[in-house]
Amino acid sequence: MRRYPNFLAGLGSLVWLFLVGLPLYVMLTATLRSRTDYSTNGPLSFPKHFTLHNYTQDFSNGFGRYFLNTLVVSAAVVAIVLLLVPPLSYAIVRGRGRVTTGVFRLFLLGLAVPAQAVIVPMFYVINRAGLYDNLAGVILPTAAFCLPVSALVLTGVMREITPDLYEAMAMDGAPPWRVFFQLVVPLSKGGLSTIVVFSALQAWNGFLFPLVLTQSDSSKVITLGLYDFQTEHGVDIPGLLAAVVLSMLPILIVYLFARRALVQGLMGVGGK
Amino acid sequence: MTTTSPAPAAAQDGQARRPARRAARRSGTAVTRPGFAWAVPATLFFALFAILPLVLVAVLSFTDWDGLDAPAFAGLDNWRALLHDHTMIQSLWLSVLITVLGVAVQTPLSILLGVWAAGKQRNRAVLSAVFFVPLLLSATAVSVLWRAMLDPNFGVPAQARWLFGNGNLLGMQSGAIGVLVFVGAWQYTPFHTLIYQGATRAIPEVLYQAAALDGAGTVRQFFHITLPQLRNTMVTSMILMVVGGLTTFDTVLILTQGGPGTDTTISAYYMYQQAFKNFDYGGGSAIALVLVLVATVISLVVVRVSGYDKMRSSSEGL
Repeated sequence: MRRYPNFLAGLGSLVWLFLVGLPLYVMLTATLRSRTDYSTNGPLSFPKHFTLHNYTQDFSNGFGRYFLNTLVVSAAVVAIVLLLVPPLSYAIVRGRGRVTTGVFRLFLLGLAVPAQAVIVPMFYVINRAGLYDNLAGVILPTAAFCLPVSALVLTGVMREITPDLYEAMAMDGAPPWRVFFQLVVPLSKGGLSTIVVFSALQAWNGFLFPLVLTQSDSSKVITLGLYDFQTEHGVDIPGLLAAVVLSMLPILIVYLFARRALVQGLMGVGGK
Repeated sequence: MTTTSPAPAAAQDGQARRPARRAARRSGTAVTRPGFAWAVPATLFFALFAILPLVLVAVLSFTDWDGLDAPAFAGLDNWRALLHDHTMIQSLWLSVLITVLGVAVQTPLSILLGVWAAGKQRNRAVLSAVFFVPLLLSATAVSVLWRAMLDPNFGVPAQARWLFGNGNLLGMQSGAIGVLVFVGAWQYTPFHTLIYQGATRAIPEVLYQAAALDGAGTVRQFFHITLPQLRNTMVTSMILMVVGGLTTFDTVLILTQGGPGTDTTISAYYMYQQAFKNFDYGGGSAIALVLVLVATVISLVVVRVSGYDKMRSSSEGL
């Protein structure tokens, strides 16, 4: 039985394939050819000779450093989220009382606060805390802005744990911390991996906080490196696109090996 | 706080107490519950780095601050200036225009692709893998990539003059807005496609079987079953598009810098420019507060419409 308007949707999907495929083709071929080859033969032509020069040049221009910085930021953000969110969600799901409900509402409201809206006072707070131009100054706000979605996702997952299991643990007289570590955490593994991927992506792709809260090369993350590369050497398109490829490399690797977890982490963006 | 015992917490609860009490009676034991202390670290952290700045943005909007000296109270000056600021009013219109165009382009596209991707043929899995690549790129990378692609001298327009004319798309307002909407759609359509794909797969097969028995063809099935069944998803997806559209920033900063002139200076970019380029942090805060108010109104709609706030229902949400 045919369920869908196959023809129209099929046509749309072909157009989309072209729109996604073309930039990817241009990007990959451009990074593997010399600048002169690119500018004389144009972006759509196929490279005559292949070279990795664009990548090595990016590395010697500091992208290795930016890469490491981004890695540190992402790891720290994930650690903070993993430390804070599971107990929070546990309290929201199993706690009883108005305060917990109020806390949940607070985080729900936080879902709609865009980072742009608080960037000026964030600049003030981070400056006063002496964290300007410091990776910690990027890590803390980035982690805070991962909390609402992570809490929503994990709370949803924890709610699916059946009350019978809690009763069984209560029969043994288990205190909350034992219930947490022996029941809640093991049964929320799927949700935990989703929030890990989600917050790692947020940190890896974050741009606004680093743009406003850091300044020097030593605390530059990769997105900011891309932006500066573009403003300073915008004409070196192969070098620039090689930097784009480098910036997406870790995500691409995760995509190839853990597509499901990645897509769920991405969908965390929508909170649903 | 750390010694909050589960008993009083359980006692003040009204609505969801019944199942717990019944369970306790059956097992003869009180079910232990975590106290509020479990929520304290996350709440404090969130309050410090999200709620406090939100309060401060309101405070700063009533001050004059150049980023160096301490902020000085300035009364309603920033707000009065904002009301008469031509660029601000224009930026709000531009934000709305780009958002509406984004929704108009992305919604039909992502419904079509989502419904198509929800099918079962094997080649779809392979194609879907390519479809979703834009999701893997950061907004920064997407903007940098498209800026290189559309470069009038070294990009695709230089090789396809028949299509692009002189190729300077970003040099005129309509072209620049078109590019921003296009790049936004390129970046976010895969995400909304995934939402629609999931929702389409959740539509009960029985509905289609019944419609087929009644002689409804593919097209009628799409309009009479698929689309109505996707209504809630459409609301969620559109609200996300609106919030995303109103806060577009990276794309504007990298692709157009608000130009030509101020032709694409949308509110989020104007706020950044006022605060961090013109060092008028008070004025920037006022613009930011306008953004917060708009976003809050939308968030309340989200919470209402999607039922996120009905926290006791177990099958909703994820």
